[in-house]
Amino acid sequence: MAEDLLIIASSPHIRAKDTVQSIMYSVAIALLPAVAAGVYFFGWYALAIVLVSIGSAVAAEVVWQKLRGQALRVSDGSAIVTGLLLAMNLPPTAPLWMAALGSAVAIIIGKQVYGGLGANPFNPALVGRVFLTASFPMLMTKWALPAGYDAIASATPLAVMKAGGTVPLTNLFFGSIPGCLGETSALALLIGGIYLLIKGHIDYRIVTGIFGSVVVLSLLMGLDPVAQLLAGGLMLGALFMATDMVTSPVTPKGRWVFGIGVGLLVMLIRNGAGMPEGVSFSILLMNAAVPLINRTTRPRIYGR
Amino acid sequence: MASKTFRGGVHLNYHKELTNQKPLINVDASDVVIIPLKMHIGQEASPIVKKGDRVLVGQKIGDTSAFVGVPVHSSVSGEVQKIDTTLLPNGLRGLAVFIKNDGQYELDPSIKPKASLEELSSREIVDIVREAGIVGLGGATFPTHVKLCVPEGKDVDYLLVNGAECEPYLTCDHRIMLERTDELFYGIEAAARACGAEHIKICIEDNKKDCIELLAKRCGPNCEVVALETKYPQGGEKQLIKAVLNREVPSGTLPYEVGVVVINVGTAVAIAEAIQKGMPLVKRAVSVTGDIVNNPGNFIVPIGTTMDKLLDIVGGTKEPIGRIIYGGPMMGTSIHETDEPVVKGTSGILVLGRNESPLIGEPDPCIRCARCVDHCPMHLMPNMLERLVSKEELDKAKKMGLNDCIECGCCSYVCPSKRHLVQWIRVGKMELIARKKREDQKIASKAIETA
Repeated sequence: MAEDLLIIASSPHIRAKDTVQSIMYSVAIALLPAVAAGVYFFGWYALAIVLVSIGSAVAAEVVWQKLRGQALRVSDGSAIVTGLLLAMNLPPTAPLWMAALGSAVAIIIGKQVYGGLGANPFNPALVGRVFLTASFPMLMTKWALPAGYDAIASATPLAVMKAGGTVPLTNLFFGSIPGCLGETSALALLIGGIYLLIKGHIDYRIVTGIFGSVVVLSLLMGLDPVAQLLAGGLMLGALFMATDMVTSPVTPKGRWVFGIGVGLLVMLIRNGAGMPEGVSFSILLMNAAVPLINRTTRPRIYGR
Repeated sequence: MASKTFRGGVHLNYHKELTNQKPLINVDASDVVIIPLKMHIGQEASPIVKKGDRVLVGQKIGDTSAFVGVPVHSSVSGEVQKIDTTLLPNGLRGLAVFIKNDGQYELDPSIKPKASLEELSSREIVDIVREAGIVGLGGATFPTHVKLCVPEGKDVDYLLVNGAECEPYLTCDHRIMLERTDELFYGIEAAARACGAEHIKICIEDNKKDCIELLAKRCGPNCEVVALETKYPQGGEKQLIKAVLNREVPSGTLPYEVGVVVINVGTAVAIAEAIQKGMPLVKRAVSVTGDIVNNPGNFIVPIGTTMDKLLDIVGGTKEPIGRIIYGGPMMGTSIHETDEPVVKGTSGILVLGRNESPLIGEPDPCIRCARCVDHCPMHLMPNMLERLVSKEELDKAKKMGLNDCIECGCCSYVCPSKRHLVQWIRVGKMELIARKKREDQKIASKAIETA
């Protein structure tokens, strides 16, 4: 382009700073407190799971794009986020090969076969997790007690509560409980979630819808609402998975519907089904409903 | 009291401090002024002077008999060089009168004060406004007399005076409100009489506290200053009416449908000039600004003055120029050459450096973040409209509000994937117009065949 020629373009002539890349890296940064908590409670092996999972997700994306002759776009950071989220959803005892396999499935079956970034209907990390749960049910439910606890294996708080027991709320809040690598510390997840809410990268309607419906249903069912919020994968799911932009509705009303739907399904599965926990399935089911939600909740156009 | 606002829109970096303390300065026209015959929405005026004629300041040089259309006047005295097509700031070609400026600024003898406001009927005010070639000076350039001429059976109760100036950088309306207060109130009074509005609200964004205070002191009993949240596009007519009166203009209609007429502060001053001095619209206030401009400021510029002249007046730029934008950064048009003239709709000239607004290449895929939906002040779904237009599904796009889009550009601004959303919507709207034209032609030729 000649230096003295003017640039001609259609307005607007200025653009906001946020890019796909900056959003993805913010999400990754927001997950770091929870990663740190996972390492603190479950040891350095947790970090190995995280790194292998991210590495496998990135590698799977590169290989796919090379094979398909597409432009490489791993630098947008979405594969890193998927790998990271999958690791957070694995038990801290998971073998490394399983983390690698789950991540590859998440990227390829969960995202690339639909057309890549922005085209997938289901949260890729959850596709990976559900694949692993279905394929290796024993390995996926082998919980470890956090460091300092003198036991080999234990039931998760939700299983304990379902059997009629109780778990101290402070343990649930700080995360010294058995569970997935990244889901146990509500505090760490909240720090990251609040950061993303402030940055506008996650939608308050989805988060409020989930938490609100869980609290209301807990009260109606006579359960402790705080324990229901803090236990299991709800914090991780509500703040980081249900709020995935690609797989949640685009309409304001739709995001309320989506959030409330996830909350209802979580409480239904936790208390009415055979499984102790159902955040993953609840989110995936609502992901499937997104096209319908979008179509039926279009905003009213000004003046119509 | 909290400032009023609407749902949607964006908060921007305003850069108003570059010029908001700089008083309006009268500047001379360029040696040759280029006065396009269509500087408004509606019918192009036809030239009524010819090459070699001597014209005077305020002399009518083009006119049209169409109701939606206005005459055009000379801003200088001098000789008509030629009447020729030229590139206009909106990127289209159109006819313009080129006048060699003799530097005398000799007034046309027809320029005389009109009767006092009390003696003028509403019809007479409308006629004066039309004859003076006044159009909406906020940038939309809709002929003002059409706005003021409320159709039979419609009742207008509110006149909103738009001093929002929501585009970043621009400050000429700010300065007009501070410096031309007497004319502003005179013009408001005239406009209210013409359209029959009983109540007047002067609407100003709350980043112009000095204007809000000053004008509130001057308001009469039927007049009020309304502070608005500083949020783009608050100055959009529909957003203004929603924020101030909580009324919504029905899709495809004009504001008088809900009893409202909106005029810009600059337009009100132009109306005052036309009545008090008999002077048609031959000058306008323009902010010439930008971070790379050496001496940015606010100027009263004769219409037809070319950009080179204004660049000289502000002392050039510190860095190589990337874009020259007529209007603000959100809705303005980037011009091709520096010899393009200031027209009636030029609310400001923004000069951006090459690094300030680089060209955007291939966008990233849509990640369905829905920021465009959240920020659309018309509550449209730009992501859907983009997809439908690019797939040429125009009927579906029309149903989803394609023609309701006000092209404010919020969607493209907020898009993290840097997609060309409003740009695609514009393509769709133009394609709809072209399609209608083709169909009309088909019907016309069929009618000829059967006749």
